[in-house]
Amino acid sequence: MTIPTTMANATAQALKPAPRSRSFSARFGQSFAMFRNGKSITGLCILGFFVLVAVFGDLIAPYGPLEKDFTALRQAPSLAHLLGTTHMGEDVLSQLIYGTRGVLIVGFLAGIFATIIAVAIGVTAGYVSGFKSESLSALTNVFLVIPGLPLMIIVASQYDNPSLFLIAGVLALTGWAWGGRVLRAQTMSLRNRDFVQAARANGESLFRIITVEMLPNLTAIIASSFVGTVTAAVLGLTTLAFIGVIPITNLNWGTILFWAQQNGAFPDFWWWYVPAGVCIALLGVALSLINFGIDEYVNPRLRSAGERARALRKRGIKPGSSITAVRVSTEKTERLTE
Amino acid sequence: MTTLEFSHVSKRYRVRGSGHMLALDDVSFTLESGQTLALVGQSGSGKSTIAKILTQLERATSGDILLDGKPIPRRGKALRRYRQQVRMVFQDPFASLNPYHTIRHHIERPLRLDHVVPEAEVETEVNRLLERVQLDPAGTIDRRPHELSGGQRQRVAIARALASRPSLLIADEPVSMLDVSIRLGVLNLLADLQRESQLGVLYITHDLATARHFSDEIMVLHHGEVVERGPADDVILRPQHPYTLALRNASPDPDRHFAGSAPSGGGPSTSARTPS
Amino acid sequence: MTFFLRRAAFYAFTAWAAVTINFFLPRMLKGDPVSAYIQKNQGRISPEAADSLRTLFGLDTDRSVLEQYIDYWKLLFSGDLGRSFSKGLAPVTDVIAAALPWTVGLVGIATILSFVLGTSIGALIGWKRGSKADFIVPVSTFFSTVPYFWMGLIAIAVFSTLLGWFPASHAYGKGSRPEFSLDFIGQVIAHGFLPAATIVLASLGGWILGMRNMMVTVLDEDYVTVAQAKGLPTRRVLVNYAARNAMLPQLSSFALSLGFIVGGTIVMEMVFSYPGVGKLLLDATTAKDYPLMQGLFLVITLTVLVANILADVAYAVLDPRTRQLES
Repeated sequence: MTIPTTMANATAQALKPAPRSRSFSARFGQSFAMFRNGKSITGLCILGFFVLVAVFGDLIAPYGPLEKDFTALRQAPSLAHLLGTTHMGEDVLSQLIYGTRGVLIVGFLAGIFATIIAVAIGVTAGYVSGFKSESLSALTNVFLVIPGLPLMIIVASQYDNPSLFLIAGVLALTGWAWGGRVLRAQTMSLRNRDFVQAARANGESLFRIITVEMLPNLTAIIASSFVGTVTAAVLGLTTLAFIGVIPITNLNWGTILFWAQQNGAFPDFWWWYVPAGVCIALLGVALSLINFGIDEYVNPRLRSAGERARALRKRGIKPGSSITAVRVSTEKTERLTE
Repeated sequence: MTTLEFSHVSKRYRVRGSGHMLALDDVSFTLESGQTLALVGQSGSGKSTIAKILTQLERATSGDILLDGKPIPRRGKALRRYRQQVRMVFQDPFASLNPYHTIRHHIERPLRLDHVVPEAEVETEVNRLLERVQLDPAGTIDRRPHELSGGQRQRVAIARALASRPSLLIADEPVSMLDVSIRLGVLNLLADLQRESQLGVLYITHDLATARHFSDEIMVLHHGEVVERGPADDVILRPQHPYTLALRNASPDPDRHFAGSAPSGGGPSTSARTPS
Repeated sequence: MTFFLRRAAFYAFTAWAAVTINFFLPRMLKGDPVSAYIQKNQGRISPEAADSLRTLFGLDTDRSVLEQYIDYWKLLFSGDLGRSFSKGLAPVTDVIAAALPWTVGLVGIATILSFVLGTSIGALIGWKRGSKADFIVPVSTFFSTVPYFWMGLIAIAVFSTLLGWFPASHAYGKGSRPEFSLDFIGQVIAHGFLPAATIVLASLGGWILGMRNMMVTVLDEDYVTVAQAKGLPTRRVLVNYAARNAMLPQLSSFALSLGFIVGGTIVMEMVFSYPGVGKLLLDATTAKDYPLMQGLFLVITLTVLVANILADVAYAVLDPRTRQLES
């Protein structure tokens, strides 16, 4: 009767002793496991490039952003001005480099604000039940349905010189709802897991259950909602700047496009308006790539789908019809044997 | 000596669209330290509801639960003291451990929460508990649940339940999710621990064979009602209630099978053979 | 039935929230430009119009907030959204009514087209996962992150100014007036093509990616495998089993992202000088025409709500579970 016990004991002994130092680095590594894939790394590299440009803008930029050279107006790219000049003789590349700062600061600030709101409301709505949950969910949906940009335009236009914080705050207020919705759904499914029930049965406090037991399991979702809001905030900021409701003192890529359109850059002076748009798209692609990586980490089917199908095709099987093919062939053999 | 009294407890669930569902109907029993009581019944009979009410994950609709004659406190420190006395081992060791945290975290938490040992001794106590459930502390303490086998995880869950030094343990189908080959090991461990610490164990199962082997008494639950209760051997060998008889006949009996008495009944009996 | 009641309650709540936000916005922000405007144009604004402006912008401070709120609702029900400062004091309702059809037509058609097209392409490349068609994924990612307005500017630069294929701005030719004639309809289509195509191209990527991911997830489900194992025609498995189930989350995300899409398309109208509500909103912003801005925000929100209701109806038709609840 004791044999199984000793066997289990033996297997336990067979496990290699884990060195203590593993704990911290392992935990650290685990927290970033969702970024450990080609797509996320590519995205992080592009993002890292923009961050470096923003941080060291003063060193990289060949000219000041508003430094005017009246001898070189609307010049096509040359060695002196790699991306040409504006109608005032300002260097487009330098404006682009300095503009990165505004975009990233507002984007990340808005992302942080929005994520805080989304986690607070989404996780609470997922953990509580009944009327409280329903009303928080209704609030989230209201913010989803109300069109954000018109609201932003109206609020921003009321201020003569809105600060970066205010702009980020408005972008966050109109952008948190999607993350809040996803977090609520995920929290609801976590709430009924046994390990949460076990923590409750042990008498852990609600705050500890949410912060220690549940939040670590939501990191991937939180990261993805953060990246998503940053993407939306970058688009929102550049759009507001392009419309002209954000003062031109806040230099960002949208401001460059605003000047370009106001001063008849279209369509001849392509160097003035193409790079800014490409930068917005490139940053957007980088953020989306990070999120695809997280998506595939959360839903492994997305990752394996392509790989499996390719592997099948290599072996000469057409994915999608593989099962049918096998079935048909067995049916045929059966009929033959009959 | 601790006594838990479950007296005239009913639990009603509200079901959307169709009114109410009576999960427990006037159930009474007592559980004392040092005693193993098996709670037997099929899925949906109300077994897990009893476990949830005992751990206060849910509240009874009516009736009293008394620990040493005192009702369960509603909240606060008093409720925590009750929970420190009554601990539970969940059915699914794959779900009951937090995938994010190490084994150390799982066992440390109840120690800290209930101040079982002084802060300086927490580490040694965790090691002692792991050894007690026959796990190698050095090889498991810094691992995460997904790095362990099902049997090892259930041992960790048992160690966690024992950490607060409870006097009563609820084991909700503790081996049904494990491979057949390691079930007996976990059950033997539970039996040993029960003897050593004079634990009162409520063993919830639908496997009559292990219920008979590991418990002093058996209580049969059917549609939320206790239909039969008595010493283990009596209930199995001389069932009084037709439902117990049906349960017994549905469980595998090696003798009957080898005799080849019912080859045509092979289909349903194989499905009932692996108690899951 | 409960499904519809719940949805109805939600829409009523959202509409109420939108109106209430619209009520509080000017009260939290500064209202003095409006009172200054009323002062300046004392002779031109009729007393009634001035009164309704005061109610809309919270200038009637002698009344309690609750009274102001009730007055505000009364105004809304009588269709009075105040007078537009920049449009010669014309009623805001009339100004918006003239612009709304253009937006609903352009944005509505383009969005539905983009959704249908994107979902179909997404279903196909999800079905052929791992094939060469996967190259569409990075391409559509790029297009989905390009700002709408920038793509519009490029489209004008290339197809209008450079190639001269399409007119660059307005909804119809300068000389003509709206009428029901073939010539006029032709003009509307010619003017609307470029903005519509840009909206479709800019929003297509999101639908493709969303549908592809849903398809890949659904294709792993047992019922799809069973359908294939039964030997059903590929087309039928793709359309009736996989795509139909992958559609549902796609449709609900369509409903929820309408607000976002509308934001993007508003700027498109500015780029193309299209006479819809988006351009009107931007003109009102530049001219500091607060009554028009408030009215537009309300109308845009309510329009998005109506679109949401339509998307919900489509969802209910497709999802057997809601139909079951209904009976």
